[in-house]
Amino acid sequence: MSLSGQSRLFDRARDHFDWGLFLISSALAVIGVVNLYSATSVSTRTALSEVYIQQVYWLVLGGILATVVTAIDYRHYERLGYALYGFGIVLLLLVLALGNDVRGSSRWIYIGSFSLQPSEFSKLFLIIALAKYLHDDPKSEGRTLTDLLIPAAIAAVPTLLILKQPDLGTALIHGLIFATVCLLTRIRWRSIATLVVSSGILFPLVWNYVLKDYQKKRVTDFLDPTANILGSGWHAHHARIAIGAGGVTGEGFMRGTQNQFLFLPDQHSDFPFAVFAEDWGFLGCLLLVTLYTLLVWWAIRVASTAKDRFGAVLSIGVGAMIFWHAVFNLGMVTGLLPVVGVTLPLFSAGGSSVLTILVGIGLLMNVSMRRYYATGPKSSLLS
Amino acid sequence: MSDLLLPRSDVGEFRKRYKWMALVATLGFLAVVIRLFQLQVVNGEEYAKIAHENVIRRVTLPTTRGVIRDSQGKILASSRSAYNVYLVPGRVMPSARPERRGRKPEIDTFPRIADTLRLNPDERTRLLARIKDACVTDEDRSPCWRPILVREDLSRDIVAEIRQHHDDMIGAEILTAPVRYYPYKNLGAHLLGYVAEIDAETLAKYRPQGYETLSAEERQKANPLAYDPGDTMGVTGVERAWESYVRGQRGWEKRVVDARGRYRTGPEAIRLLDAPPRQEPIPGRDLRLTIDIELEQAIDKAMRVHQAGAVVVVDVHTGRLIALYSKPDFDPNDLTGGAGKDRVRETFNRLYTDPLRPMLDKTMSGSFQPGSTFKPFSALAALEDKLMPPEDTEKCDGYLSFGRRVFHCTHVHGKVNMRLALVESCNIYFFKLAESVGMDRIAKIAGEFGLGQKTGFGVNPESAGRIPTRSWYALRYKGQFRIGFTLNTAIGQGATSVSPLQLALAYAAIANGGTVYMPSIVRAVEASDGSVLQEFAPRVKQKAHVAPENLARITEALNGVVNDPKGTAYPVRDPSLDVAGKTGTAQTGYVAAPHDDPKKAWFLARDHAWFAAYSPSKAPEIAVIVLVEHGGSGPTQAAPVAMHIVREYNRINAARSGHAAPVDAQKSAAKGAPKREEAPPDLADPPPEVFIPPPEEDAGEP
Repeated sequence: MSLSGQSRLFDRARDHFDWGLFLISSALAVIGVVNLYSATSVSTRTALSEVYIQQVYWLVLGGILATVVTAIDYRHYERLGYALYGFGIVLLLLVLALGNDVRGSSRWIYIGSFSLQPSEFSKLFLIIALAKYLHDDPKSEGRTLTDLLIPAAIAAVPTLLILKQPDLGTALIHGLIFATVCLLTRIRWRSIATLVVSSGILFPLVWNYVLKDYQKKRVTDFLDPTANILGSGWHAHHARIAIGAGGVTGEGFMRGTQNQFLFLPDQHSDFPFAVFAEDWGFLGCLLLVTLYTLLVWWAIRVASTAKDRFGAVLSIGVGAMIFWHAVFNLGMVTGLLPVVGVTLPLFSAGGSSVLTILVGIGLLMNVSMRRYYATGPKSSLLS
Repeated sequence: MSDLLLPRSDVGEFRKRYKWMALVATLGFLAVVIRLFQLQVVNGEEYAKIAHENVIRRVTLPTTRGVIRDSQGKILASSRSAYNVYLVPGRVMPSARPERRGRKPEIDTFPRIADTLRLNPDERTRLLARIKDACVTDEDRSPCWRPILVREDLSRDIVAEIRQHHDDMIGAEILTAPVRYYPYKNLGAHLLGYVAEIDAETLAKYRPQGYETLSAEERQKANPLAYDPGDTMGVTGVERAWESYVRGQRGWEKRVVDARGRYRTGPEAIRLLDAPPRQEPIPGRDLRLTIDIELEQAIDKAMRVHQAGAVVVVDVHTGRLIALYSKPDFDPNDLTGGAGKDRVRETFNRLYTDPLRPMLDKTMSGSFQPGSTFKPFSALAALEDKLMPPEDTEKCDGYLSFGRRVFHCTHVHGKVNMRLALVESCNIYFFKLAESVGMDRIAKIAGEFGLGQKTGFGVNPESAGRIPTRSWYALRYKGQFRIGFTLNTAIGQGATSVSPLQLALAYAAIANGGTVYMPSIVRAVEASDGSVLQEFAPRVKQKAHVAPENLARITEALNGVVNDPKGTAYPVRDPSLDVAGKTGTAQTGYVAAPHDDPKKAWFLARDHAWFAAYSPSKAPEIAVIVLVEHGGSGPTQAAPVAMHIVREYNRINAARSGHAAPVDAQKSAAKGAPKREEAPPDLADPPPEVFIPPPEEDAGEP
């Protein structure tokens, strides 16, 4: 690599760096860590007192990873699309093979003292694979359902493997990413109608034969949250009380009683938003939701300015991932949706989740920074 | 690599979708914001309240029940600590819990605990089954972690053993609970009463359906003493009647709890406590009774030879009750539940099957025919209406024929005037008196002395007794009024009945010039530091309208009963004592049923023995009523008891006022007195032919 090449790289980094994307993501990450500190610094739970520090480590690691991902021109990912996808599938198979039961499901692979959740990364591989397929399959007229059979198959393999773990929430996100990407393409209205009708028929079948009892229970608890306050409705019930108790201005940082007195279970993994809502109130929540909305808008904006189909689908995929995660988690915590284990991007503690989101944001940055050049110089792969 | 150099690939297919997606994303987040608005702004206060209730728990602070003391300050009822042992199933039998990987193996401490508690094999099996049942699950709120009460009121030895070997008996917890304690046991049981756990029916009365949802004021109205399930309450006697004073009021303290029910005390918790954080409990008031337990002890000793009966000692100038004694009695400590529910059940079974009715307070809840102790009132009726000149004499031949019936006297008295008729207790004189005075005049005078009416003393349920009138007979025996009814009334027989308490107050009225007092048993209400909060002055119930000279005739005659050599109580008098009184031997009218045990029938057919007295005869202080149920004869059975009581009363008072001398003086006076023909009956000697009911045979009888 020549000196001039290097300086051009930094020039581009300076000139085309997407500050908006960076600032929104950083703001979310910082608020997320601060909130985790409040959520886990409950005097009697020493086991959790390190969570926010670990989160900082993961954020740093994720930041480095995102930088690397940004530095490599995304068109290389396009080229390696199916290989990456295949790698993701292998990881998922490994989970099933080496599975270690935690609370009734096996989702983790242990590497030394680290545990990785391949189902999280799998989302990125799915997005890349779908982007690759649609990039290679331009259509000028509307798509039929048969046109979407192959992308559906691409999505179905990891989704089914994750359902098998079982991890309903992550499987759902996979499905929603696929659906969002499909809607990005020009599908015929008739095809959409057919899809809606057939899923209406499928639902009872899925309910009766596919869903596990604990999954059904979450849905029934959602429909009647007061029926089982001490059992599985506990989460939803107490999350709602904590959020409501926050009021307009909140009880103040680390002063939310429901969290401090252990009424909120899973306050660091699935329910950190309840802690935030109790501490900071409606005004704080408004700021947070605005940040997520801006992030999703930003992803759509990046997609709309992408210079190729791969970049556009990639951005929409990442945006969809962030959107569905955020909406499902917020919906679940506020009681709009049933309790499915879906993390809140950059808010929930967890290495795999943080890395996935940051790598996703790295991809967005990548697409965003390369929208200005229709052609790149031949000489450098890093261009 | 050539594809990298391709111009912009066709993104036109997607172009129309971005706006829609941005819109959908916005709507999705908007839905969340609306929901948050609903939760935090619209319903925020409501949720804040729930959140507050989640972490704030009102812990009740126990109060202590007031101490009951006798007139001298001796404790008659107080509280002690009972040690109860609880077992936590999951900790005494870890092996009963579901298997879980990675759990440290723990030792079952149950066998060791069961040995220490001396559980019998049956109890052990049953308890083990309960423990295993509780440990089917071992989640946070499972019964596996809820302590089971195993033994109540452990002996101190076992408590010490458990505490000493606590490490080997993990899961065994000892908790103390306050238990009402009556140090004098049976003595005064009827008047003190006892406490017991509130029963479901009473509780339902205080806490009707939906009680929990009522406002604080409504609750206060429905349940002024704030009874909760499991509370103790006074069931009988002073404990029941003065419940509102001795019960006290529980306080509460707000505590911060976390989701696991643990108390939090850090600054982050304290700031959540809203004012007022604490309401101090108000301890129950102490009661100072008018009762003298030392005299009760003396009475118990004097009544030792008798099966059943009642004694009332009352201050003639105040109506204060110095002693209330009812026999047979019971040990209230067995009924409080402190020694376990089994003991309570067993004791009740025993008490309710006893034919001598130990649970009945015979001083006020029972009424008996007064027999000759009623005669002074008949005589007063004659004197007041000047219908029988007191010096006129009647001839007693030992019987009197009235139509087909013959009314008997104890023996042939010869010619007797009113005084002699009272002194010698001649029935014939009073039959004749009754003929001229009539039933209603007798009833009127008896009523003025409070006989045949409730005294209004609320300690135990009162029996009104009965002084019959013509109209009462008219209702009872339609159109068949017979003169015999009147004759029986004059001598306190037939339908006439009084409670010993009424008779005591009536004799006190004779002694004090005609004032009938309200009986009282609580002299003062005191705070726990001994300061007097409220004192009760004597209250006059009514005045008997009798001329002083007529009353003087009666008191002179009553003095003669004891001190005139002809008097019925003369043989048992103690010359050192100044006592006036009237003996009574009342027929019980018991008709033996064919299947009755002859021994029992013989006992129940025996007359009630009465002695109604006051002392000293010239300047009376106390009135003493002794009833020996089925004692046989008033002069020989009841009068000696009364003499003993008066003697003990004098001795106790003399000792208290610092003059030990009068006791000796009395004794020497007794020695110096002319030797009597009959020695006073020794109280320790059982009277002849005392019926002792065989408990096994009578156990099943109602």
